[in-house]
Amino acid sequence: MSIKSILLASAVALSPFAASAQDMTIGFSQIGSESGWRAAETTVTRQQAEERGITLKFADAQQKQENQISALRSFIAQGVDAILIAPVVATGWDGVLEEAQDADIPVILMDRMVDASEDLYLTAVTSDLVHEGEVAGQWLVDTQAGEDCRIVELQGTTGSSPAIDRKKGFENAIAGHDNLEIVRSQTGDFTRSQGKVVMESFLKAEGGENICALYAHNDDMAVGAIQAIKEAGLNPGDDIKIVAIDGVPDAHLAIANGEMNATIELTPNMAGPALDALMAYKTDGTVPPKWIQTESRLYTAADDNQAIYEEKKGLGY
Amino acid sequence: MIRNPFLRRIAPQLIILGIVLGLNVLVFPDFFHVEMKNGRLFGNLIDVLNRGAPTALLCVGMTLVIATKGIDLSVGAVMAIAGATAASLVVDGNHWTVAVIGALSVGALCGMWNGFLVAFLRIQPIVATLVLMVAGRGIAQLITEGTILTFLDPGLIHLGAGTVKGVPTPVLIWLTLGLFVAYFVRRTALGMLIEAIGINEASSRLAGINSRVLLVCVYVVSGIGAAIAGIIVAADIQGADANNAGLWLELDAILAVVIGGNSLLGGRFSIVASLLGAMIIQSVNSLILLSGMPPEFNLIIKALLIIAILVIQSPKVAHLLYILRASAPQSHPKQLPPFKESKR
Repeated sequence: MSIKSILLASAVALSPFAASAQDMTIGFSQIGSESGWRAAETTVTRQQAEERGITLKFADAQQKQENQISALRSFIAQGVDAILIAPVVATGWDGVLEEAQDADIPVILMDRMVDASEDLYLTAVTSDLVHEGEVAGQWLVDTQAGEDCRIVELQGTTGSSPAIDRKKGFENAIAGHDNLEIVRSQTGDFTRSQGKVVMESFLKAEGGENICALYAHNDDMAVGAIQAIKEAGLNPGDDIKIVAIDGVPDAHLAIANGEMNATIELTPNMAGPALDALMAYKTDGTVPPKWIQTESRLYTAADDNQAIYEEKKGLGY
Repeated sequence: MIRNPFLRRIAPQLIILGIVLGLNVLVFPDFFHVEMKNGRLFGNLIDVLNRGAPTALLCVGMTLVIATKGIDLSVGAVMAIAGATAASLVVDGNHWTVAVIGALSVGALCGMWNGFLVAFLRIQPIVATLVLMVAGRGIAQLITEGTILTFLDPGLIHLGAGTVKGVPTPVLIWLTLGLFVAYFVRRTALGMLIEAIGINEASSRLAGINSRVLLVCVYVVSGIGAAIAGIIVAADIQGADANNAGLWLELDAILAVVIGGNSLLGGRFSIVASLLGAMIIQSVNSLILLSGMPPEFNLIIKALLIIAILVIQSPKVAHLLYILRASAPQSHPKQLPPFKESKR
């Protein structure tokens, strides 16, 4: 991404075309406000567009595909320069994507994929859920450095793709390390309260002193589990190491307080890479790859989590 | 046979609870082990009592509502509203008692709304309370602005995560409220009046019972119970999670009432039996968590246990047991009563 932005910066400096980016208008069709993360994604998308001097037309679909399709049609009718869309479902997009293609408007998918021909969109910017799990597992492999560790796992909602993929990634990373063993694994439904309830039963079933680490599929469950560990008279982050995924503000706060060890960020900044790719495409015709993977960054106590917490708190999580 | 009518009424629930707790011991031998840890009672049995608190609080009001031939589907959503109200009040700098009073008032108001629709507009209870079930979560999200509203007020947190002399506060709250209401409706005529409405509202009104006011009252009790449950759930995680607080808990509460042997057609009820039903459900949940089975099996195990419990309690099975006992030659050599058909 950084090479791309340097190229872009030089393109902006050298090319007379660059002026066109200044008065670009793009449409953004967001799913709706289903979670704090989605609210943060909307905020960041607006910020990213503003930084680049792009006019952003925003449409909230309220979790309905028909709203997204009509938003896309209205964007096409207004003749926007490009469309960003976070598709609510995977199927049923071919028709409206063809209309956009006929109108020569590039479409970029954000955060989720669609079941449509790759020719119908410019690129998709998403995170790799399996990779997120691998980063979490690798962190534990590195931290334990061969020492024995009994791990408990809080899974996401049974059958959901983040739960399946984040579990798979973590298992990939610890495979072959015989010192690491998942001893209990149960769903916490991605919620704080279930995370707390299930962790309580883990602590009793295994005995708190026999658990060395907790891997939670999202930060909310980890935050709930931290409270359960504290109530059992143990020190979270110290007696039991905690790694989770998402990078929500409360997780950064927990790391800053020494109650959690690591979180892997699911960045709400999908728009940054998307807009970079779009401007490169508009200015000098660089065709981006069909999939741009966002960075799954690992945050540990080494980072200034207090500052990150303050910064992220304002994003609407 | 058990002579005491009260004990006889709750005997099936006590036996089932015993069996489920026994299953818990089978999968986890240390199940009944309770110790003091970090100034609080620590053990699986305490968890069952503590985690069963929201369902127990909901099923107190639900039992009364069902006894009037009604049903309250909105309690889960009212929990979310009450939790959000309490959280937003303390976040705005109010004292935690103000937050609790505010949340309880909101719960009572929600109950009044349901009661108004049922008693005065004569809308069927399942439809009337469905309105708030759907709208309630949206109202809660409006209050929290879609985020998990976290708070650090020690007074409020104490209600959900604190202890009194080592006993978790939610356990004390549901025991106090449940037993108080159960005692109150049985020591006054109130319980009988509620049953009268459930059996035949028209004739109970003709007999001089102010059925409309009583109907509103039972929905208000249900709303207040839901509000207390909502405060506890929010205090437990130090945040109001409008999307998930109390989600589908109305169904657990109805199930607890049914396991408690109360008829959904109204009439005779027992709050204590419903509370035991709530504890049975929580023991089943505990069994699932302790068994260490993969989470894909959670719902299947729960469903199998519940169908077993309901089959044992069903009238047909009870009748069969009765026949078996009556026809056992050594104890009761008397003849079975003739079939009705033979009279024709």
